[in-house]
Amino acid sequence: MKKIILIIFIISINSQFFGQDLLDILDNETPKTENIVTATFKGTRILNGHSIENRKDKELEFIISHRFGRVNLGFDELFGLDQSNIRFALEYGFNDNLTIGFGRSSFEKTYDSFLKYSLLKQKNGENSFPFAVSLFGSVAVKTLKDYDPSDKRTFAESLFYVGQVLIARKVSPSFSYQITPTYVHRNSVRINADPHDIFALGFGTRMKLSKRVSFNSEYYVTFNESKSIDARNSLAFGIDIETGGHVFQLILSNAITMIEKSFITESTGNFFGGDIHFGFNISRTF
Amino acid sequence: MKIIHTILMCFLFVNVSNSQERFLTKNGAITFFSSTIMADIKADNNQVLSIIDASNGKMAISILMKSFMFKKALMQEHFNENYVESDLFPKATFKGEILNFETLKDLETKLEVKGLITIHGKRKEIIIPASFTRSENTIFVKGEFNLLLSDYNIKIPNVVAKKISKEIKVSFEFNHKPYKK
Repeated sequence: MKKIILIIFIISINSQFFGQDLLDILDNETPKTENIVTATFKGTRILNGHSIENRKDKELEFIISHRFGRVNLGFDELFGLDQSNIRFALEYGFNDNLTIGFGRSSFEKTYDSFLKYSLLKQKNGENSFPFAVSLFGSVAVKTLKDYDPSDKRTFAESLFYVGQVLIARKVSPSFSYQITPTYVHRNSVRINADPHDIFALGFGTRMKLSKRVSFNSEYYVTFNESKSIDARNSLAFGIDIETGGHVFQLILSNAITMIEKSFITESTGNFFGGDIHFGFNISRTF
Repeated sequence: MKIIHTILMCFLFVNVSNSQERFLTKNGAITFFSSTIMADIKADNNQVLSIIDASNGKMAISILMKSFMFKKALMQEHFNENYVESDLFPKATFKGEILNFETLKDLETKLEVKGLITIHGKRKEIIIPASFTRSENTIFVKGEFNLLLSDYNIKIPNVVAKKISKEIKVSFEFNHKPYKK
Protein backbone atom coordinates (compact mmCIF):
# COMPACT_ATOMS: atom_id res chain seq x y z
CA MET A 1 0.00 0.00 0.00
CA LYS A 2 2.82 2.34 0.92
CA LYS A 3 4.51 1.57 -2.36
CA ILE A 4 1.42 2.44 -4.31
CA ILE A 5 1.12 5.78 -2.54
CA LEU A 6 4.77 6.47 -3.27
CA ILE A 7 4.29 5.62 -6.93
CA ILE A 8 1.26 7.86 -7.21
CA PHE A 9 3.19 10.60 -5.45
CA ILE A 10 6.12 10.33 -7.87
CA ILE A 11 3.88 10.23 -10.89
CA SER A 12 2.09 13.34 -9.72
CA ILE A 13 5.40 15.18 -9.30
CA ASN A 14 6.44 14.11 -12.75
CA SER A 15 3.19 15.09 -14.39
CA GLN A 16 3.44 18.45 -12.68
CA PHE A 17 6.87 18.85 -14.16
CA PHE A 18 5.69 17.99 -17.63
CA GLY A 19 2.74 20.31 -17.27
CA GLN A 20 4.90 23.30 -16.41
CA ASP A 21 4.12 26.08 -18.83
CA LEU A 22 6.97 27.29 -21.02
CA LEU A 23 6.07 30.91 -20.26
CA ASP A 24 6.33 30.17 -16.52
CA ILE A 25 9.86 28.90 -17.09
CA LEU A 26 10.69 32.13 -18.93
CA ASP A 27 9.21 34.15 -16.05
CA ASN A 28 11.49 32.32 -13.62
CA GLU A 29 14.49 32.79 -15.88
CA THR A 30 13.91 36.53 -16.43
CA PRO A 31 16.85 38.30 -14.82
CA LYS A 32 15.79 40.62 -12.03
CA THR A 33 16.69 44.05 -13.27
CA GLU A 34 16.42 47.40 -11.62
CA ASN A 35 13.95 49.62 -13.33
CA ILE A 36 14.46 53.37 -13.35
CA VAL A 37 11.17 55.25 -13.14
CA THR A 38 10.85 57.66 -16.07
CA ALA A 39 8.55 60.56 -16.93
CA THR A 40 7.74 61.56 -13.36
CA PHE A 41 6.96 64.88 -15.02
CA LYS A 42 6.67 65.47 -18.75
CA GLY A 43 8.51 68.76 -18.94
CA THR A 44 11.57 70.16 -17.24
CA ARG A 45 9.12 72.55 -15.50
CA ILE A 46 6.14 71.60 -13.36
CA LEU A 47 4.64 75.00 -14.24
CA ASN A 48 6.74 77.99 -13.17
CA GLY A 49 9.37 76.04 -11.31
CA HIS A 50 11.67 73.21 -12.29
CA SER A 51 10.75 69.55 -12.08
CA ILE A 52 13.29 66.79 -11.39
CA GLU A 53 13.35 66.00 -15.11
CA ASN A 54 16.46 66.80 -17.12
CA ARG A 55 17.03 67.18 -20.81
CA LYS A 56 18.30 63.93 -22.25
CA ASP A 57 21.86 63.34 -23.41
CA LYS A 58 23.03 65.87 -26.06
CA GLU A 59 19.55 67.27 -26.53
CA LEU A 60 19.02 70.96 -27.05
CA GLU A 61 15.70 72.43 -26.06
CA PHE A 62 14.38 75.83 -26.98
CA ILE A 63 11.75 77.14 -24.58
CA ILE A 64 9.52 80.13 -25.12
CA SER A 65 7.41 81.16 -22.16
CA HIS A 66 4.83 83.91 -21.87
CA ARG A 67 2.93 85.33 -18.93
CA PHE A 68 0.27 87.89 -19.75
CA GLY A 69 -1.12 90.62 -17.49
CA ARG A 70 -3.76 90.02 -14.85
CA VAL A 71 -7.02 88.71 -16.23
CA ASN A 72 -8.97 91.01 -13.87
CA LEU A 73 -7.67 94.08 -15.72
CA GLY A 74 -10.81 93.85 -17.79
CA PHE A 75 -11.72 94.29 -21.41
CA ASP A 76 -9.76 97.52 -21.90
CA GLU A 77 -6.51 95.55 -21.44
CA LEU A 78 -8.08 92.52 -23.18
CA PHE A 79 -7.98 90.63 -19.86
CA GLY A 80 -4.24 91.12 -19.53
CA LEU A 81 -3.26 90.04 -23.03
CA ASP A 82 -2.01 93.57 -23.87
CA GLN A 83 0.78 93.12 -21.38
CA SER A 84 3.22 90.34 -21.69
CA ASN A 85 6.38 89.08 -20.08
CA ILE A 86 8.40 86.76 -22.23
CA ARG A 87 11.33 84.46 -21.54
CA PHE A 88 13.44 82.76 -24.18
CA ALA A 89 15.77 80.02 -23.11
CA LEU A 90 18.13 77.46 -24.50
CA GLU A 91 18.68 74.37 -22.41
CA TYR A 92 21.15 71.61 -23.17
CA GLY A 93 21.76 68.16 -21.73
CA PHE A 94 25.48 67.41 -21.26
CA ASN A 95 24.32 63.91 -20.47
CA ASP A 96 21.14 62.32 -19.11
CA ASN A 97 21.83 63.74 -15.65
CA LEU A 98 23.22 67.24 -16.13
CA THR A 99 21.43 70.12 -17.83
CA ILE A 100 22.61 73.68 -18.38
CA GLY A 101 20.32 76.53 -19.35
CA PHE A 102 20.46 80.19 -20.32
CA GLY A 103 17.44 82.45 -20.46
CA ARG A 104 16.40 86.03 -20.78
CA SER A 105 13.20 87.45 -19.35
CA SER A 106 11.72 90.72 -20.52
CA PHE A 107 10.50 91.37 -16.95
CA GLU A 108 13.18 93.65 -15.41
CA LYS A 109 15.45 92.64 -18.35
CA THR A 110 16.76 89.68 -16.40
CA TYR A 111 19.31 87.14 -17.63
CA ASP A 112 19.50 83.80 -15.89
CA SER A 113 21.53 80.64 -16.09
CA PHE A 114 21.18 77.38 -14.23
CA LEU A 115 22.62 73.93 -13.72
CA LYS A 116 20.44 70.99 -12.79
CA TYR A 117 21.86 67.64 -11.75
CA SER A 118 19.96 64.43 -11.25
CA LEU A 119 21.48 62.96 -8.08
CA LEU A 120 19.26 59.97 -7.33
CA LYS A 121 16.68 58.12 -9.42
CA GLN A 122 13.47 56.50 -8.29
CA LYS A 123 13.77 52.77 -8.96
CA ASN A 124 11.62 49.72 -8.65
CA GLY A 125 12.48 46.05 -9.02
CA GLU A 126 15.98 45.20 -7.81
CA ASN A 127 17.62 47.88 -5.60
CA SER A 128 14.39 49.83 -5.44
CA PHE A 129 14.47 53.42 -4.22
CA PRO A 130 11.30 55.34 -3.38
CA PHE A 131 12.00 58.81 -4.79
CA ALA A 132 14.20 60.87 -7.10
CA VAL A 133 16.40 63.78 -6.11
CA SER A 134 17.78 66.52 -8.35
CA LEU A 135 19.87 69.54 -7.38
CA PHE A 136 19.27 72.91 -8.94
CA GLY A 137 21.34 76.09 -8.80
CA SER A 138 20.86 79.32 -10.68
CA VAL A 139 22.25 82.82 -10.96
CA ALA A 140 20.18 85.71 -12.31
CA VAL A 141 21.21 89.25 -13.12
CA LYS A 142 18.72 92.08 -13.29
CA THR A 143 19.76 94.65 -15.90
CA LEU A 144 16.76 97.01 -15.76
CA LYS A 145 18.05 100.46 -14.75
CA ASP A 146 15.28 101.16 -12.24
CA TYR A 147 17.59 102.94 -9.78
CA ASP A 148 18.28 106.55 -9.05
CA PRO A 149 21.18 107.76 -11.28
CA SER A 150 23.09 108.91 -8.19
CA ASP A 151 22.76 105.42 -6.66
CA LYS A 152 24.06 103.31 -9.54
CA ARG A 153 23.82 99.56 -8.97
CA THR A 154 26.97 97.55 -9.62
CA PHE A 155 26.92 94.21 -11.45
CA ALA A 156 27.51 92.34 -8.21
CA GLU A 157 24.61 94.15 -6.58
CA SER A 158 22.31 93.01 -9.41
CA LEU A 159 22.88 89.31 -8.77
CA PHE A 160 20.44 86.76 -7.36
CA TYR A 161 21.18 83.15 -6.42
CA VAL A 162 18.81 80.21 -6.04
CA GLY A 163 19.50 76.74 -4.69
CA GLN A 164 16.89 73.98 -4.70
CA VAL A 165 16.69 70.33 -3.76
CA LEU A 166 14.01 68.72 -5.91
CA ILE A 167 12.54 65.58 -4.37
CA ALA A 168 9.91 63.77 -6.41
CA ARG A 169 8.04 60.53 -6.46
CA LYS A 170 5.94 58.96 -9.19
CA VAL A 171 3.27 57.23 -7.15
CA SER A 172 1.50 55.63 -10.09
CA PRO A 173 1.66 56.06 -13.88
CA SER A 174 -0.92 58.82 -13.49
CA PHE A 175 0.19 60.66 -10.33
CA SER A 176 3.50 62.27 -9.33
CA TYR A 177 4.40 64.83 -6.71
CA GLN A 178 7.43 66.92 -5.85
CA ILE A 179 8.63 68.71 -2.73
CA THR A 180 11.13 71.48 -3.29
CA PRO A 181 13.09 73.10 -0.44
CA THR A 182 14.36 76.39 -1.81
CA TYR A 183 16.91 79.01 -0.80
CA VAL A 184 17.08 82.41 -2.51
CA HIS A 185 19.86 84.91 -1.90
CA ARG A 186 19.66 88.50 -3.14
CA ASN A 187 22.78 90.63 -3.18
CA SER A 188 20.74 93.81 -2.94
CA VAL A 189 17.28 94.49 -1.56
CA ARG A 190 14.91 97.42 -1.90
CA ILE A 191 14.82 98.50 1.76
CA ASN A 192 16.94 97.42 4.71
CA ALA A 193 14.05 95.55 6.31
CA ASP A 194 13.90 93.17 3.35
CA PRO A 195 15.69 89.88 3.93
CA HIS A 196 18.69 89.00 1.75
CA ASP A 197 18.04 85.31 2.29
CA ILE A 198 14.62 83.82 1.72
CA PHE A 199 13.62 80.25 2.45
CA ALA A 200 10.69 78.59 0.74
CA LEU A 201 9.13 75.19 0.27
CA GLY A 202 7.54 74.17 -3.00
CA PHE A 203 4.85 71.56 -3.64
CA GLY A 204 4.04 70.31 -7.12
CA THR A 205 1.79 67.61 -8.53
CA ARG A 206 1.04 66.05 -11.88
CA MET A 207 -2.17 64.17 -12.57
CA LYS A 208 -2.51 62.41 -15.89
CA LEU A 209 -5.85 63.08 -17.56
CA SER A 210 -5.12 61.08 -20.69
CA LYS A 211 -2.04 59.61 -22.36
CA ARG A 212 -0.80 63.00 -23.53
CA VAL A 213 -2.55 65.47 -21.25
CA SER A 214 -1.93 66.06 -17.57
CA PHE A 215 -3.14 68.53 -14.94
CA ASN A 216 -0.38 70.14 -12.88
CA SER A 217 -0.39 72.31 -9.80
CA GLU A 218 2.38 74.12 -7.99
CA TYR A 219 2.57 76.07 -4.73
CA TYR A 220 5.53 77.74 -3.05
CA VAL A 221 5.32 78.81 0.61
CA THR A 222 7.89 81.42 1.65
CA PHE A 223 8.88 81.55 5.32
CA ASN A 224 10.26 85.09 5.40
CA GLU A 225 8.88 87.61 2.96
CA SER A 226 9.99 90.98 1.66
CA LYS A 227 8.54 93.87 3.65
CA SER A 228 8.73 96.43 0.82
CA ILE A 229 6.13 94.64 -1.29
CA ASP A 230 2.91 92.86 -0.48
CA ALA A 231 4.48 89.47 -1.23
CA ARG A 232 2.28 86.42 -1.59
CA ASN A 233 2.97 82.74 -1.99
CA SER A 234 3.08 81.62 -5.60
CA LEU A 235 0.28 79.39 -6.83
CA ALA A 236 -0.21 77.95 -10.30
CA PHE A 237 -2.46 75.50 -12.09
CA GLY A 238 -1.94 74.25 -15.59
CA ILE A 239 -2.31 71.66 -18.28
CA ASP A 240 0.53 69.79 -20.02
CA ILE A 241 -0.16 68.77 -23.60
CA GLU A 242 2.39 66.59 -25.28
CA THR A 243 2.70 66.21 -29.03
CA GLY A 244 5.77 64.39 -30.28
CA GLY A 245 8.81 66.59 -29.69
CA HIS A 246 6.76 69.41 -28.14
CA VAL A 247 5.36 69.94 -24.69
CA PHE A 248 2.81 72.74 -24.37
CA GLN A 249 1.98 73.99 -20.91
CA LEU A 250 -1.01 76.28 -20.40
CA ILE A 251 -0.77 78.05 -17.08
CA LEU A 252 -2.86 80.13 -14.70
CA SER A 253 -0.69 81.69 -12.00
CA ASN A 254 -0.53 84.65 -9.64
CA ALA A 255 3.09 85.21 -10.74
CA ILE A 256 4.08 87.10 -13.87
CA THR A 257 7.67 85.86 -13.87
CA MET A 258 9.15 82.54 -14.82
CA ILE A 259 12.40 82.32 -12.89
CA GLU A 260 12.75 81.10 -9.33
CA LYS A 261 14.19 84.22 -7.74
CA SER A 262 11.21 86.23 -8.96
CA PHE A 263 8.10 84.10 -8.78
CA ILE A 264 8.93 82.62 -5.39
CA THR A 265 9.85 85.87 -3.65
CA GLU A 266 8.31 88.71 -5.67
CA SER A 267 4.76 87.59 -6.53
CA THR A 268 2.13 90.02 -5.31
CA GLY A 269 -1.01 88.78 -7.03
CA ASN A 270 -3.90 87.36 -5.03
CA PHE A 271 -4.93 84.31 -7.04
CA PHE A 272 -8.39 84.07 -5.51
CA GLY A 273 -8.89 87.81 -5.90
CA GLY A 274 -8.59 87.36 -9.64
CA ASP A 275 -4.95 88.47 -9.98
CA ILE A 276 -4.35 85.61 -12.36
CA HIS A 277 -1.82 85.66 -15.16
CA PHE A 278 -2.53 83.42 -18.11
CA GLY A 279 0.59 82.03 -19.72
CA PHE A 280 2.20 79.19 -21.58
CA ASN A 281 5.49 77.36 -21.98
CA ILE A 282 6.35 75.85 -25.33
CA SER A 283 9.37 73.66 -25.66
CA ARG A 284 10.85 72.26 -28.80
CA THR A 285 13.52 69.59 -28.58
CA PHE A 286 16.14 69.29 -31.27
CA MET B 1 12.72 -1.75 -1.56
CA LYS B 2 14.12 -2.64 -4.92
CA ILE B 3 10.97 -1.43 -6.57
CA ILE B 4 11.27 1.94 -4.89
CA HIS B 5 14.85 2.22 -6.06
CA THR B 6 13.84 1.44 -9.57
CA ILE B 7 11.06 3.99 -9.45
CA LEU B 8 13.38 6.66 -8.09
CA MET B 9 15.89 5.91 -10.82
CA CYS B 10 13.17 6.17 -13.42
CA PHE B 11 12.05 9.46 -11.93
CA LEU B 12 15.58 10.88 -12.10
CA PHE B 13 16.10 9.59 -15.61
CA VAL B 14 12.84 11.07 -16.84
CA ASN B 15 13.70 14.39 -15.30
CA VAL B 16 17.17 14.53 -16.81
CA SER B 17 16.08 13.50 -20.28
CA ASN B 18 13.19 15.91 -20.07
CA SER B 19 15.29 18.93 -19.23
CA GLN B 20 17.76 18.09 -21.99
CA GLU B 21 15.05 18.51 -24.56
CA ARG B 22 14.43 22.13 -23.71
CA PHE B 23 16.42 24.85 -25.40
CA LEU B 24 16.58 28.38 -24.04
CA THR B 25 18.12 31.77 -24.78
CA LYS B 26 18.15 34.80 -22.50
CA ASN B 27 19.68 37.18 -24.99
CA GLY B 28 17.62 36.77 -28.09
CA ALA B 29 17.46 39.77 -30.39
CA ILE B 30 14.35 41.52 -31.63
CA THR B 31 14.47 44.65 -33.76
CA PHE B 32 11.54 46.62 -35.02
CA PHE B 33 11.37 49.20 -37.75
CA SER B 34 8.81 51.82 -38.61
CA SER B 35 9.50 53.45 -41.91
CA THR B 36 7.66 56.41 -43.44
CA ILE B 37 8.67 59.19 -45.82
CA MET B 38 9.07 61.51 -42.83
CA ALA B 39 11.02 59.34 -40.41
CA ASP B 40 12.65 55.97 -39.82
CA ILE B 41 12.38 54.62 -36.31
CA LYS B 42 14.27 51.57 -35.11
CA ALA B 43 14.57 49.89 -31.74
CA ASP B 44 16.62 46.92 -30.54
CA ASN B 45 16.08 44.52 -27.70
CA ASN B 46 18.88 42.05 -27.00
CA GLN B 47 17.45 40.57 -23.80
CA VAL B 48 14.59 38.54 -25.20
CA LEU B 49 13.87 35.17 -23.58
CA SER B 50 12.83 32.30 -25.81
CA ILE B 51 12.39 28.59 -25.13
CA ILE B 52 11.72 25.58 -27.32
CA ASP B 53 10.63 22.18 -26.07
CA ALA B 54 12.19 19.84 -28.62
CA SER B 55 10.09 16.92 -27.43
CA ASN B 56 6.89 18.44 -28.80
CA GLY B 57 7.88 21.54 -30.81
CA LYS B 58 6.26 23.97 -28.40
CA MET B 59 7.78 27.43 -28.21
CA ALA B 60 7.42 30.49 -25.93
CA ILE B 61 8.92 33.98 -26.06
CA SER B 62 8.95 36.71 -23.41
CA ILE B 63 9.91 40.31 -24.24
CA LEU B 64 10.46 43.07 -21.68
CA MET B 65 9.16 46.23 -23.37
CA LYS B 66 11.45 48.56 -21.40
CA SER B 67 14.48 46.75 -22.84
CA PHE B 68 13.86 48.18 -26.31
CA MET B 69 16.62 50.69 -26.99
CA PHE B 70 16.02 53.65 -29.29
CA LYS B 71 18.49 56.09 -30.77
CA LYS B 72 16.70 59.02 -29.12
CA ALA B 73 15.92 58.88 -25.42
CA LEU B 74 12.76 60.90 -25.96
CA MET B 75 11.45 58.35 -28.47
CA GLN B 76 12.08 55.61 -25.94
CA GLU B 77 10.18 57.55 -23.30
CA HIS B 78 7.25 58.07 -25.67
CA PHE B 79 7.28 54.40 -26.68
CA ASN B 80 7.03 53.26 -23.06
CA GLU B 81 4.74 56.02 -21.80
CA ASN B 82 2.32 56.65 -24.63
CA TYR B 83 2.30 53.76 -27.06
CA VAL B 84 2.87 50.38 -25.40
CA GLU B 85 2.27 51.64 -21.82
CA SER B 86 5.04 49.56 -20.29
CA ASP B 87 3.99 50.27 -16.71
CA LEU B 88 0.64 48.60 -17.37
CA PHE B 89 1.85 45.97 -19.82
CA PRO B 90 5.52 45.32 -19.03
CA LYS B 91 5.87 42.25 -21.25
CA ALA B 92 4.93 41.08 -24.69
CA THR B 93 4.67 37.30 -24.97
CA PHE B 94 4.25 34.57 -27.54
CA LYS B 95 3.18 31.02 -26.89
CA GLY B 96 2.68 28.46 -29.58
CA GLU B 97 3.87 25.55 -31.56
CA ILE B 98 6.37 25.02 -34.36
CA LEU B 99 4.44 23.29 -37.14
CA ASN B 100 6.09 20.15 -38.55
CA PHE B 101 8.92 20.47 -36.02
CA GLU B 102 9.79 16.80 -36.46
CA THR B 103 10.97 17.50 -40.03
CA LEU B 104 13.73 19.80 -38.70
CA LYS B 105 17.21 18.46 -39.44
CA ASP B 106 20.59 20.13 -39.19
CA LEU B 107 20.07 22.02 -42.45
CA GLU B 108 18.38 25.38 -42.43
CA THR B 109 14.65 24.63 -42.65
CA LYS B 110 11.80 27.03 -43.24
CA LEU B 111 8.96 26.32 -40.85
CA GLU B 112 5.95 28.13 -39.50
CA VAL B 113 5.27 28.96 -35.87
CA LYS B 114 1.62 29.22 -34.93
CA GLY B 115 0.37 30.61 -31.67
CA LEU B 116 -0.91 33.50 -29.59
CA ILE B 117 0.97 36.76 -29.42
CA THR B 118 0.17 39.28 -26.66
CA ILE B 119 1.24 42.92 -26.98
CA HIS B 120 -0.17 45.88 -25.03
CA GLY B 121 -2.57 43.47 -23.32
CA LYS B 122 -4.17 42.44 -26.62
CA ARG B 123 -3.96 38.79 -27.68
CA LYS B 124 -4.01 37.69 -31.28
CA GLU B 125 -3.49 34.45 -33.17
CA ILE B 126 -0.56 34.64 -35.54
CA ILE B 127 1.48 32.47 -37.91
CA ILE B 128 5.12 33.54 -38.21
CA PRO B 129 7.42 32.06 -40.87
CA ALA B 130 10.92 31.43 -39.56
CA SER B 131 14.03 29.56 -40.54
CA PHE B 132 15.35 26.96 -38.12
CA THR B 133 18.79 25.37 -37.90
CA ARG B 134 19.38 22.59 -35.42
CA SER B 135 22.73 21.24 -34.37
CA GLU B 136 23.63 19.03 -31.47
CA ASN B 137 23.68 21.85 -28.93
CA THR B 138 21.74 24.68 -30.49
CA ILE B 139 18.48 25.55 -32.16
CA PHE B 140 18.92 28.74 -34.15
CA VAL B 141 15.79 30.61 -35.25
CA LYS B 142 15.49 33.77 -37.29
CA GLY B 143 12.88 35.52 -39.35
CA GLU B 144 10.79 38.59 -39.81
CA PHE B 145 7.14 39.53 -40.03
CA ASN B 146 4.86 42.55 -39.93
CA LEU B 147 2.51 43.73 -37.21
CA LEU B 148 -0.40 46.12 -37.50
CA LEU B 149 -0.45 48.55 -34.57
CA SER B 150 -4.23 48.73 -34.76
CA ASP B 151 -4.45 45.00 -33.92
CA TYR B 152 -2.95 45.74 -30.52
CA ASN B 153 -4.91 48.88 -29.70
CA ILE B 154 -1.81 51.08 -30.07
CA LYS B 155 -3.09 54.45 -31.23
CA ILE B 156 -1.07 57.06 -33.11
CA PRO B 157 -2.21 60.66 -32.70
CA ASN B 158 -2.79 62.62 -35.91
CA VAL B 159 0.10 65.04 -35.32
CA VAL B 160 2.68 62.27 -35.61
CA ALA B 161 0.75 60.03 -38.01
CA LYS B 162 3.17 60.82 -40.81
CA LYS B 163 6.17 59.82 -38.75
CA ILE B 164 5.00 56.45 -37.45
CA SER B 165 4.05 53.65 -39.78
CA LYS B 166 0.82 51.78 -39.15
CA GLU B 167 2.65 48.59 -39.98
CA ILE B 168 5.78 47.66 -38.05
CA LYS B 169 8.43 45.30 -39.37
CA VAL B 170 9.76 42.96 -36.71
CA SER B 171 12.88 40.83 -37.13
CA PHE B 172 14.21 38.30 -34.65
CA GLU B 173 17.21 36.05 -34.02
CA PHE B 174 17.33 33.51 -31.22
CA ASN B 175 20.19 31.12 -30.57
CA HIS B 176 18.81 28.55 -28.13
CA LYS B 177 21.15 26.47 -26.01
CA PRO B 178 20.23 23.37 -23.97
CA TYR B 179 18.37 24.45 -20.86
CA LYS B 180 19.67 23.04 -17.62
CA LYS B 181 17.37 23.63 -14.72
